[in-house]
Amino acid sequence: MSADPHYTLYHPRWYRRRVSVWWWLQNRSYTRFVLRELTSVFVAFFAVVYLWQLRALTQGPEAYGQFLARLKAPLFEGVHAVAFVFVLFHAITWFNLTPKAMVVRMRGKRVPDWAIVGSNYAAWLLVSGAVAFILLRG
Amino acid sequence: MPSTVALTVTRYRPEMEAEPTWETYEIPFRKDWVVLDALNHVKDNVDGTLSYRWSCRMGVCGSCGMKVNGTPKLTCATFLSDYLPGPIRVEPLDYFPVVRDLVVDITDFVRKLKQVKPWIIRTEEKPLGEGEYLQTPDQLDAYKQFSMCINCMLCYSACPIYGLEPGFIGPAAIALAQRYNMDSRDQGAAERLNILSEHDGIWQCTFVGECTKVCPKHVDPAGAIQQYKLSGATHWVKSLLLPWGTR
Repeated sequence: MSADPHYTLYHPRWYRRRVSVWWWLQNRSYTRFVLRELTSVFVAFFAVVYLWQLRALTQGPEAYGQFLARLKAPLFEGVHAVAFVFVLFHAITWFNLTPKAMVVRMRGKRVPDWAIVGSNYAAWLLVSGAVAFILLRG
Repeated sequence: MPSTVALTVTRYRPEMEAEPTWETYEIPFRKDWVVLDALNHVKDNVDGTLSYRWSCRMGVCGSCGMKVNGTPKLTCATFLSDYLPGPIRVEPLDYFPVVRDLVVDITDFVRKLKQVKPWIIRTEEKPLGEGEYLQTPDQLDAYKQFSMCINCMLCYSACPIYGLEPGFIGPAAIALAQRYNMDSRDQGAAERLNILSEHDGIWQCTFVGECTKVCPKHVDPAGAIQQYKLSGATHWVKSLLLPWGTR
């Protein structure tokens, strides 16, 4: 016998299946998961454009005008449309997942999932409404 | 109603073949039969060499987990009638090494389960004379869901992360760690945090959510992991802002 404690005589010949590179196409929820993960790229894209906008804003009205003109290019409009769909998907899927992470108890009972999701959507609408009000007021 | 249904089963006989193959059995269809009944019929009447695990036949022991038509299922609770007209495909659980036919080696899971210390840890035991540790129904309710886990490992088979990152502690073990963390009698949360907050712990989980979908006991391991992430992150922020407060 070998001195190596990990060595087993007549070790069974296990079969190990390798995970396919295309595992995420095997069922619809895996695909939806990978799409949800991909949305982060578009969220990052949006953040970069936003930073770029702030930079243009600090450089005066002329630079800002140039920035706006650039945004109107068909390529940018197209990318923005795609990014919008993905960011929306990002927001909705994450809002729907919040009750999994947040267990809120009131009067000894667990608050139902729909109430947690609902309050998230309500807060989203409220904040969006407030931002829209501030921006569109003038 | 058909009188028979085709059952296509994975065969792997390491002494005969290097890779698994398929074998199809035409078995009598009965409305009250589950997939496990069909396998038992094959074993008793058609081919005695077929190997698979089972024990209780009533969704308690967690031994008969297999993939039925691609989805991890307890075969004792999966009716043939839901898969008509067939064929019904039965495979071993994914991501575990296959020992023979439908039998997988579960050593990895058992080792990980032990790592998270799934038992009540007390820093100090109170003397026997003081009686048992009492618990209110609300305190029981806080962890009861996670205590329903029967270690069937369907959640591991459903988790692509476990397939891609074999070091990942995995859904059931984390849910069971959370079962003890949430128990008012337990004081071992800090000990478990060391294991669960490591690279192969909760942060490997990217929330695919399939573990919760396949769980036959509605344990919701995905929920347990996300809740643990939230409390882990809160603990970390607190220790950053109030280094003296968390000690």
